[in-house]
Amino acid sequence: MDRGNAVLQVRNLRTEFATRRGIVPAVDGVSFEVFEGKVTGLVGESGCGKSVTALSILGLVTSPPGRVARGEILFEGRDLARMTPREMGAFRGRDLSMIFQEPMTSLNPVKTVGNQVGEPLRVHLGLSAREARRRAEEMLDLVGIPEPQLRYGAFPHQLSGGLRQRVMIAMALICSPKLLVADEPTTALDVTIQAQVLDLMMGLKNRLGTAIVLITHDLGVVAETCDDVYVMYAGHIVEQGDVYRLFERPGHPYTQGLLRCVPDASKPGRRGPLASIEGAVPLLTALPPGCRFAPRCPWAQELCHRQIPDLVAVGEGHLVRCWRAEEGGKP
Amino acid sequence: MGGFIVKRLAVSVPVLLGVTFLIFMLLHVVPGDPVALMMGERMSPEVIDRVRAQMHLDDPWPVRYVRFISDALRGDLGESYKLRRPVVGLLRDAFPTTLKLALAAALVAWCIGIPAGILSAVRPYSLVDNFFMGLALTGVSTPVFWTALLFQYLFSLKLGWLPVAGFYSAKHLIMPALVLGWSSSGLVARLTRSSLLDVMRHDYIRTARAKGLRQGPVILRHALKNALLPVVTVMALQIAFLLSGSVITESVFNIPGVGRIAVGAIQNRDMPLLQGAVLFTTVLVILGNLAADLLYGWLDPRIRRDGGVGR
Repeated sequence: MDRGNAVLQVRNLRTEFATRRGIVPAVDGVSFEVFEGKVTGLVGESGCGKSVTALSILGLVTSPPGRVARGEILFEGRDLARMTPREMGAFRGRDLSMIFQEPMTSLNPVKTVGNQVGEPLRVHLGLSAREARRRAEEMLDLVGIPEPQLRYGAFPHQLSGGLRQRVMIAMALICSPKLLVADEPTTALDVTIQAQVLDLMMGLKNRLGTAIVLITHDLGVVAETCDDVYVMYAGHIVEQGDVYRLFERPGHPYTQGLLRCVPDASKPGRRGPLASIEGAVPLLTALPPGCRFAPRCPWAQELCHRQIPDLVAVGEGHLVRCWRAEEGGKP
Repeated sequence: MGGFIVKRLAVSVPVLLGVTFLIFMLLHVVPGDPVALMMGERMSPEVIDRVRAQMHLDDPWPVRYVRFISDALRGDLGESYKLRRPVVGLLRDAFPTTLKLALAAALVAWCIGIPAGILSAVRPYSLVDNFFMGLALTGVSTPVFWTALLFQYLFSLKLGWLPVAGFYSAKHLIMPALVLGWSSSGLVARLTRSSLLDVMRHDYIRTARAKGLRQGPVILRHALKNALLPVVTVMALQIAFLLSGSVITESVFNIPGVGRIAVGAIQNRDMPLLQGAVLFTTVLVILGNLAADLLYGWLDPRIRRDGGVGR
């Protein structure tokens, strides 16, 4: 997958949490690359390690109990995982920033939204309050918030969920970061608002040249926005490839299952219950010894339950973590 | 805003009536004849009866209660039996002293409590945290009179830095304010700590970190204002109580404040004076509550009455 400049290279990342039942690896040996001006999707069910991966990149894993135990997070060649909190702080909010899932709780309730949007400018660029205000109002306008001068002084509780997420986007992009990590940015929003917010993010990406890591469980969102896709399951990456290949020829039974779960409106004749993947994500405290998807996999063999498969190439830049990958994941 | 204040004050009328009634009935049933106490035991019963009649103490209690209320509404709280002066004047003279002591004590409590709470919350369960929380525990659990005696022994008798008691200069204010403030600082510290620890778990703190803010600004600019909400409520109430006179501190240090007036009134069965002091206290507590609500609105825009901007 040589697609120009890699802004971010994550190599063999392992993030673990100390719990009463021992060390739990929420992210286990994850590697991926994010290219300039491209959108890279991290896809998977809840609890598969997507969000922890995102927080690890920004150095925001709550510690204790969590810590980045192993691996490299290379941002323009510098390893974020080895940085002191002080060094990291200089990057966060300026060169790399993040949008969170919950626009309702991610804004400080006692500060005006304008103040919060302009804050990175004052922290990183040392702008005066007045200049920060002018730029913040411009940014609020850019993300499509009506009457930005008036909204500047509004408090988060006075805005709708969609507007709040726009505020979050404005805040994240105000320093024109090179990398934006968006953790389920549309999950908490109405469907109609979802499309607007995604359009907005993509427009700003094209305008500012920002690379985006988009974390979602929504394959519709992936199909519309992503260039590259990484499918995660129980802390592992189980499949990776460019979006067209992955949707056309999904190699991993889990990816196939996810794709089947998307209701298809083009087949109106097909009625009956929606498709689902049987079972649930294994507890990270009780992972199976072999392939982590094996207990739910309809095509699992004896080997699958015994040994963890490696990622193997099934096409150009298309890797699948499955013992039966060569067979196309099908019996 | 103005409408809100008026409404809140109107609601407090029943509270005031209830409290006055309660204190009135309490004084009515306690043993001890104020007239006998006032005139000495050797006075003949006929004289005592005559005086009782003069002071309208023979009237049935509902009549006396209604008379008390209607007088109070006109700003007349009667005359002290013992001191032979209007109660309103006595309270007015004593209040500035109590006010000075209360504000100084509150200042001490905040200046010790809030920083101690913040330092504890920054590194929970660390040595610093344990030290401050241990200190807070002693502050909360040590009786004020005992702290007062210790301070008097140390700072007056041993070191000779401060006067033992009385209230004549700013120097006289230092020790009582420290004693009184110390006891509330423990509460403030514990409250600040737990509230800040709670706030630090919120999503918006993570957002602030994601902007690249360091720990210091995250706490001071993003967490503290949220964390101080419950502290403010408690402190506003505490000031109201301090203003009504810290009975023990004023007694130990011989400070002529509202608290000492109340104690004297109880000892002398000085009903008008005690009723006046209690009524005064009640009004202060109600005003303290109102102040807490207004402060809350100022700190937290979500409950601001005018709805803020942009609606």
